[in-house]
Parts: sequence; structure tokens; C-alpha cells
Amino acid sequence: MNTIAGKMGWLALAILGAFSLGVIALDRGETINAIWLVTATVSILLIAYRFYSRFIADKVLQLDASRATPAVRRNDGLDFVPTDKRVVFGHHFAAIAGAGPLVGPVLAAQMGYLPGTLWILVGVIFAGAVQDFMVLFFSVRRDGKSLGDIARAELGPAAGIVAMIGVLMIMFIILAVLALVVVKALAASPWGTFTVAMTMPIALLMGIYLRWLRPGRVLEVSIIGLILLLVSIWLGGVVAHEPAWAEAFHFEGRALAWMLIVYGFIASVLPVWMLLAPRDYLSTFLKIGTILLLAIGIVIAAPDLHMPAVTRFIDGSGPVFGGSLFPFLFITIACGAVSGWHSLISSGTTPKLLANESEARVVGYGSMLMEAFVAIMALIAACVLDPGIYFAMNAPTALLGTSVDSAAQAISQLGFVITPDILSHTAAQIGETTILSRTGGAPTLAVGMAQIIHGIIPGEGMMAFWYHYAILFEALFILTTVDAGTRVGRFMIQELAGLAIPALKKTESWAANVMATALCVGCWGYFLYQGVIDPLGGINTLWPLFGIANQMLAAIALTVCCVILIRMKRDRYLWVPLLPTVWLVICTLTAGWQKVFDDNIRIGFLSHAYKYRDALAQGQIIAPAKSIDEMHRIITNDYVNSGLSMLFMAIVVIVIVFGIRTAMMARRIATPTASETPYVALASVAS
Amino acid sequence: MITKVYRQAFGTMVSMLRCDWRPNVLTGWKRAVQIGRASIGVPDYDTYVAHIRAQHPERTPMTYEAFFVERQNARYKGGGGRCC
Repeated sequence: MNTIAGKMGWLALAILGAFSLGVIALDRGETINAIWLVTATVSILLIAYRFYSRFIADKVLQLDASRATPAVRRNDGLDFVPTDKRVVFGHHFAAIAGAGPLVGPVLAAQMGYLPGTLWILVGVIFAGAVQDFMVLFFSVRRDGKSLGDIARAELGPAAGIVAMIGVLMIMFIILAVLALVVVKALAASPWGTFTVAMTMPIALLMGIYLRWLRPGRVLEVSIIGLILLLVSIWLGGVVAHEPAWAEAFHFEGRALAWMLIVYGFIASVLPVWMLLAPRDYLSTFLKIGTILLLAIGIVIAAPDLHMPAVTRFIDGSGPVFGGSLFPFLFITIACGAVSGWHSLISSGTTPKLLANESEARVVGYGSMLMEAFVAIMALIAACVLDPGIYFAMNAPTALLGTSVDSAAQAISQLGFVITPDILSHTAAQIGETTILSRTGGAPTLAVGMAQIIHGIIPGEGMMAFWYHYAILFEALFILTTVDAGTRVGRFMIQELAGLAIPALKKTESWAANVMATALCVGCWGYFLYQGVIDPLGGINTLWPLFGIANQMLAAIALTVCCVILIRMKRDRYLWVPLLPTVWLVICTLTAGWQKVFDDNIRIGFLSHAYKYRDALAQGQIIAPAKSIDEMHRIITNDYVNSGLSMLFMAIVVIVIVFGIRTAMMARRIATPTASETPYVALASVAS
Repeated sequence: MITKVYRQAFGTMVSMLRCDWRPNVLTGWKRAVQIGRASIGVPDYDTYVAHIRAQHPERTPMTYEAFFVERQNARYKGGGGRCC
């Protein structure tokens, strides 16, 4: 009886999901309500969790609830702690949810809401959640080892080093692109710049409080921090309206980029308790709170989506990023559908907390489904905007010009109607002087969020407050990622350099630290600065590189999963990780190839470089360059970027070759060869 | 008759309010605090103390303050486990 009722329930949910998706896909009206998207997403994700993740848990991985996990076997109360699954879930979700799932879908909205939605749903179910779940499980079976160590053990040391270089490169690109998002959001915005600058003294205060005044009282200090943040948002409004103060916090992109570079260096050599840790705490809680707020906002306000289901920009002519639906949609939305970075988290702290192997399903697969839901919400926030406003915010200055009149005209040529008045009015509403070319996703999301939240909590002038709240919330955790990431990058540089010169490996050595930090900051700073001075907005170039890098890491992680399954003699289920691996390899290699060799100068780095080189040979200077020097710099950047794309492609190919070689060797041996830690019965350890 | 039913219903409501909810709210709150702490890399202190007492009775467990500082440093030793 119970099971029949259960089955009927799942059937009803399936019908509801299919119906909602049908409404979304077939709707040809002017607008469609976001609730349909939410309903379809929730039902589809629940069904995927119930059936596909269970199939993976029972058949493919064969989770064994009787087996002792590393947390149980090596329990030390600190690193290895058997923890309640709800707590592990919260920890894992907080670690994987970042700026990525909020930015990618916003950029992809230029193709309409349908392509992005479908890729997020299909991608997360068959690729992203599968990767997170499998890597988590394999790490649990290997004492909580990291992906790098697992790759070394299963594919050999050479593949391990190649993968490590890949991770380091991704790091640089991620840090550069995230820092660029902040620069784009804060440029010429005294209000935003003031509030973000205020987070530093606030974090210092929190750090001192946590370390010296009331050690370890996280709740108290977070409440104090939150109140101070809200006050500084309000104060930012005062600053923005006071001409003298506004002048002092008014910076252009270049200045902001330099500030971020200097900040990144200083913040990552300071002791962690001063700045990094307190801001990390604040941004983690703020992130969870804001995601909840957005979810509640969307459900209560039930806004209409104004973006068409599919725009004509699927052909690759879109102003936000160049390149057609295949392969560029699949690398633009990385986090939210599949993110290689998660494989590092799934093989980090989480496997050391699982009290039971069977809980890997809800933590690994379940958390990633949650992140996909966040990505869908970001997509909704971008699509509730008038498409005219969306394109005004995301198209580059080169296309829009700098006045609302030229922008309105340019947008109507793209096929969307918008008046100069609406553009100025929207800017005034959110307390900014302009919304034109605020690329990078964060400002767009902030306007969308402000609209949604303003819809349920109205109030005079509150739009501006919510806009700056959203900007602050994104900037806060991006800055945390910048200094935490710089530290990770520094450790990786030291480890790699240590292979050649052992003295550089000493992480206590002040000189080695400063050198490695400077190198790391220099590398991401180079890409950041290049993005800031790029008249096409920088995001245009850097986001695809980031997407390629991130999906490349996912392809590596999934290749490792495939190899382990083969070594476990579970060949009949190989298609589960192989399917997403093949798809990601196709996407990253195609996208990488097009980024380097495409004839269209909006896509291919080399054709862009040749155009400038040829002009230079004839003594011409092409805009945006204003001098021979700038022409040279543009050409150099193009060469660096194409070199990087080729490096990414080479890394994928090398790891796959290693993977195939190992798989072939494993198949010649009749018994399982995967290097798991031996079975220990849970009952024999648990007291 | 009717008053009796009302009185009974009222009595049930009062007893529901009086007992069950407090432990539930308390465990709920405790769980929320645990999730919050876990999200920033600080495991449960009571569990740690219980573990040391049970498994290593010869050692003195760290104070909460020392435990917090130790965990804070450990979280960022490898750079901090979080995503983009």
C-alpha cells in the first residue's frame, strides 16, 4: 500500500515536472512566469535524486553501509570526525556554492532562458552531480585523499603532475575573472566601492574580536559583522550623494585593478585570523542567507520572465560573449551544471566527515543538485529583467558607446526595444550614475535580485539598497576567494617549484613565501589587467577561458572515475562516468580549438592577433589601441591567451592518454586493481 | 458535553505547548549551530572533548578557544576549502 502510494506520488511529480517543462518549452507568449521554471526544476531534480542517484549508489558504486569510513577509523575529533549527515551536507554545500553558479547563467541568458535551463538540468543530473558523488565516494574509499593524490595513485605520477599544472592554471584564470567581476561592478560606483572598502575594517574588527576579545564566539561576531555591513550599505548611499565623498570613492577600472592586485598580495601574506577568516565566515553565512532570500523572493513574487525562450544569439553573434550555442553554452555555464573545481572539494574535507559511506549519496549528489537550483535562480534573476536592460548592462562599450542615447539605439539594432529614459531611470533607481556595460554578471544579477526582493518588500529607495546589498554580497565572497585562492596558488607554486629546487618548498620560509605569492598575484593580475583594459569588456575573453579550464578539470576528474571503475571491474556501468567525460572532452576541445583558430576575430585569438599584426605592418593603428605600444600589447595578449588555450587542450589530451593506457592495462588483469584501503567493518570500530 | 470536548482539546493544546516543542527547538538550534560552524570549518567542540575523554584519557582536551584557533589555522593551511 505504502509503496503503491509512493509510486503514485513519484508518477504525479514526474507528470508535474514534464508538464511544467512543456509549458516552458512550448510557450510562445510574450512572457512566462518564473514559477513554471521553479516547479520544473524542483520536480526534475527530485526525480533524478530518487532514481538516478540511487542507481549509482546501489549498482555502480555499491555503497556499503557496513564499511567503516575514514572519519570513523581515524577519528581524531579534529580533521576526521564522524558527523551527522545534515551537518556534512551543510558544510559541503557551503563549500561548493560560490560566485560561479551566479555568474555563468547570467551571461548565458543572452541566448534566452531555455538553452541555459536545459543544460543546467541535464548537465547536473548526468555530469556535475555524478562527478561530485563519485569523487567523494572514491576519496572516502582512499582515506580521504585529494584528487591529485588519487590521480597519481591510479594514473601514475606523470599524470599527477600534469593535472597539478592544470589546476594551477585554472586558479590563475578563476582569480582573474572573479576579480574582474568585482572591478566591473565597482567601476565608477562610489556607493559600491565604499561599502566593499568598508568590509576590510569590519573584517579586521571581527578578527580582533574573535582572536582576543571573545575568542571563538562566531555567532556573536557574525551578528555584529552583519549589522556593520548593513550600516555601511546605508552609509554608502550617503557617500554617493555627497559630491566631495563621492569623488573620493569614484575609481575607474584600471585603478581598481591595481588596488585589487595590491590587496591580493597583502591579504594573502597576513595571518589568516586578521582578514581572511572573519570575512570568510561572514561571506559564507551571507551567501546561504542570500540564496534563501532569493528563493523566497522568487516563490512569493512569482515574477514574469521577459527574456525570450531562445534569442537569435544562439548563432554566436551575441554581444555578451562570442561563439555559438555549441560549444560555448556548455562552457559558459560551468558551475551549476558541472564544475571541475568541485572534485577538489569532494576530495578535501568532506570525505573526512562522512560517518557512513551510504551518506555520500545525499552529500555528493544532493548538494550539487542544490547548486543547480541556485544556478536556475540566477538565470531567473537575469531573465526577469527587460531584455533591453539586460543587453545594456552586458554588451561592451565598443558596441553601446557611452551615452544612453547611443546605447538605446545600439540595442534596438540588436532587436530589443528600450528607450534612453528607461536606461537612465533604472540607473537612478539603483542609485548609480550608469548601468551601461556593467559586464561580468554580478551587476545584472544584483538588479534582477533587487527587482525581485523589492517586489516582496517594497519601500521608497529600497531598490538601491537591495542592489548594493547584492553587489556587496558577491564582492565579499569573491574577495575572500581571491585571497584564499592566492594562498592555494602559492602553495601549489611552492610544491611544483620544490620538485626542481627543494629549498622553495619550505612553506615556513618567508622569502620563498613572498616570492611564490608575488608570482601567483602577478599571474592572475596580468589576466585581470588585460581584461580591464579590453574594450570588449574582458569578460568576453576571460570567461570562456575560465569555462574551458573548469570543464577541463571536470574531464580530468571524470577520467579518473572511469579508470577507477574499470580497475574495480565494473565495466558494465562505465557509461555513467564515460558519457559526461566524452561530452566534456568534446566541448572543451572544440571550444579551445575555436578560441585559438577560429577565423571570426570575435572568437579566435589568432585571427584577432593577425588583424592587428597586419595593420601594424602597414603602420595603421586600429581602435581601441591608441598607440603602437598598445597595438603590440593587444597582439601579445592574444598570443598568451591562445597559448593558454592550447595548454588546456594539451593537458586534457595527455590525461586522457594516460587514462586509456591505465584502463587497457587494468583490463588485461582478471582481478580488480583499484587501490582502496582495506575493508574494516563499521561494527568493529564504532563504540 | 461540548464544553468537555473543548476543555479536552484545550488541555491537549496546552500540554503540546508545554512539553514537546522545547527539546525540539533546542536540538534544531543546536543542529543549526553545528551546520554553521561546519560551514566555516569548525567541527563540534563537544564531540571533540568526548572523543579525547573516551579514546585518550591521558590527554587534556584543548579549551574551546585553543580548539577554535587550531581549527582556524588548519582550514587555511591548504588554502581554504571553498569553490569559486
